[in-house]
Amino acid sequence: MNGGQLLFYLLATTACVGAVAVVVSQNVVRMAFWLIIALGSTAGLFFLLHADFVGATQLLIYVGGTVVLLIFGVMLTASGPYVQIRTAPAELVLAGGIGTLFLLMIASTVYQVDWEDATRRLAEHAPIDHPQTAYNDAAEGNTVRPLGLALLGTRPDRDLGSDSEGLSTGYLLPFEIASVHLLVVLIGAAYLARAKRRVTPNETP
Amino acid sequence: MLRRSLETLLAFWDSSRFQSDSDRKISFQNAFGMPPVFAATTLREYFQDGWQLPEMWSFALAAVIHAVLLIVLFGLAPFAFIWLERKVSGRIQDRLGPTRVGGRFGWLQSLADGIKLVQKEDLVPKAADGMLFRMAPYLVCIASFAVFMVIPFSDGWVAVAADVGLFVLLAILSLEVFGIILAGYSSGSKWSLFGGMREAAQMVSYEIPLALCALIPVVTLGTLNLSEISAMQSGWLVNWMIFHDPFTFVAFFVYFTVATAGCKRAPFDLAEAESELVGGFHTEYSGMRWSFFFLGEYASMYAVCIVAAILFLGGWNTGLGPLDAALADARAVTADGFVGSRYLANVIGMLVTLFKGFLLIFVQIWLRWTLPRLRIDQVMLTCLKYFVPISCFLFLGAVIWPLALSTFLGRTQIGIFGDASPPLGERVPRAAASAQPEPGGADVSSTGATRDQVLPLATLSEHGAAE
Repeated sequence: MNGGQLLFYLLATTACVGAVAVVVSQNVVRMAFWLIIALGSTAGLFFLLHADFVGATQLLIYVGGTVVLLIFGVMLTASGPYVQIRTAPAELVLAGGIGTLFLLMIASTVYQVDWEDATRRLAEHAPIDHPQTAYNDAAEGNTVRPLGLALLGTRPDRDLGSDSEGLSTGYLLPFEIASVHLLVVLIGAAYLARAKRRVTPNETP
Repeated sequence: MLRRSLETLLAFWDSSRFQSDSDRKISFQNAFGMPPVFAATTLREYFQDGWQLPEMWSFALAAVIHAVLLIVLFGLAPFAFIWLERKVSGRIQDRLGPTRVGGRFGWLQSLADGIKLVQKEDLVPKAADGMLFRMAPYLVCIASFAVFMVIPFSDGWVAVAADVGLFVLLAILSLEVFGIILAGYSSGSKWSLFGGMREAAQMVSYEIPLALCALIPVVTLGTLNLSEISAMQSGWLVNWMIFHDPFTFVAFFVYFTVATAGCKRAPFDLAEAESELVGGFHTEYSGMRWSFFFLGEYASMYAVCIVAAILFLGGWNTGLGPLDAALADARAVTADGFVGSRYLANVIGMLVTLFKGFLLIFVQIWLRWTLPRLRIDQVMLTCLKYFVPISCFLFLGAVIWPLALSTFLGRTQIGIFGDASPPLGERVPRAAASAQPEPGGADVSSTGATRDQVLPLATLSEHGAAE
C-alpha cells in the first residue's frame, strides 16, 4: 500500500461516515455539519486524483456556497432553537428502497465496466504532450490551461501535432448556455426579491 | 486557418512558459551528471532519490515537514500580530500598550495571554449543541491553516504547487465562515445567533467582489498559478501588478478593503461587535476554544495580506530590477551542484513576501483603531451597492485596457518606462533562461533559444525509465 492508497481509504471512509451521519442525525444543522465533512472528503478525493480544478469547484460551490445557504436558511426560518426532523416509518421505507436501488445501479455500473480495457484505450487516446508551465506536470493536476482552452472551444492538447485535418470540438456552446442560464436565474431572483410597493392615492405621507 | 492560429497560440504559450523544475532537473542530470540529491526539486524527490526511502515514507515525511513548517508560521504569525495589535492600538490611543512581560516592549505578552487562556475552564453552556459547539473553533482553524498550503513564499517554496492555486485558495478561504456560523448557531444564545447570521450574510456578499478583484491580475497575466503570477512581476517596481494600469491600481485597494471585511476586521467586524452583541459569535466561548477563533482570524488576515502582496505587489520580488535579476541567478543551480546560493536567495524571497504581508497587516490594524464600526445595513450597502459594481467595472476595464492600448498605441502596455518595464510575455522567459544556464556557457537571451530547450514529456519518461 502506498501513500496515495492510504489517503484514499482515509478520505473515502470519512466521506461515507459523513454521508451516513447526514441520514442518521435528526438536527438540521448537524446534518449540514456532516454534509460539510462528506463533501469536503469528496473534494479531497478529487485532489487525490489530481483533479485540482474539480476539487476546488466542489469546495467553492457545494461546501462554501450551498451548505452556507442551507444553514443560513435554517437560521432565518427556524421557529425554535434546534430544529428537529422526524421521519415517519413509511418515509423511511420509501427512502431506503430508493437509496438501495440507486446503490445497486451504481454498483452494477462500476462492475460492468472493463477497467483494464478502458485504461488501455485511455492511454491510446491520451492528449498529446504539451509544454508544462508549472512546477508539476499535467498528470499531477496542472490542467487548468487545457481546461480553459477547451471551454473556449479549442483543443490544442488534441489537435496540435495530430495527423487529422479536422479540429476537435470544445465546450464553448454548453459553457455559454450555462452562463445565459445563470443570467436568467439572476434576473429572475432580482425580480422576485424586488419590493413590490403599491402607492394608493389615499395614502399621503 | 484555424489550425494556423492554434499553432501560433501554442507557440506564444510555449515561449512565455515558465521552465518547469522537472525539466530543469532532467537537463541538469544530462548536462552535469549531477547526483539526484542536488537535482531534487521537491522534498519527496529528495527523500526518495537521496535517502532511498520507499515511496510511502518519503511522501509521509515530506508531508509532515511541510505541515510542521506551515503550522509554525500559522502559530507564530498570530503570536506576533496580537502583540502588534495591542502595541499599535495603545500608541494610537496615546497609551503605551503592554510594557512588562518579557522585557522592554512587552513582546512576550501573547505568551502570557496564551498561558492564561490554557488555564481557563472549558465551558459549554447548557443550552448549547455540545458537539457543534466544540467542533466550531477547529473548523475555523483548519480552514485558515489550509489556506497557507497553496501560498508560494518564494520561487518554488510552496507546499502544494497547484496550477489553479488562486482558485483553491479562494475556495478554502470561503470555508472559514462555517466555523463562525456553527459557533453562532450552536451556542444557544441570541447574541451568538445574531453574530453568526451577520457573519453569514457579510461573507456571502463580500466573496463576490473579493473573487472579482482577485481575477483582475489573473486575466492580465493569464495564469491562476500563484508562483507564476509572482514570477511575472520581476524587475523594476513598475512591473508590479498594482502599477500595470489604472484599473489594477484601484483593484488593489478594493481587494484590500474587501479582504479586510472578509476577515471580519473592524470597521467591518459586525459578527462580534462588542458594543451591540457582547461578543457576537464567541460570546459563550472561553479559554482555548475562544482563542482558536482569534488564532484563525489573525492567520487568515496574514494569508489574505500575503495574497494581496503576491497578486498586486510583486510577491517575492524586491521591486529593484538588478537585485531581482541577481537573486534569480542565485536561484539557478550551478554546475558543481552548489545549492547554498539558491537556498539563500529563496530565504531572502520569503522574507520579502512575509514583510510585504506584515506591512499590509499593519495597515489593517491601523484602520481598525482609526475608523468607527459601520452598521450592518451600511456594511451590506457598501458591498452590494458599491464594491460589487466597482469591481465589475474594474474587471471590464482591465480586460479592455490592453485591447484599447494595442488599437491606439500598437502595444499592450503604456511603455513610458522603457526597458524597465518589458511587456509581460518577455519577463518570464528571461527568468527561465537565467534559471537554466546553458551547459556550454552560451548566452540564452532570446525566447527562441529557450523554446529549443523544451524537453518533450516523452523524453522525460524515457529518461525516467532508463534510471
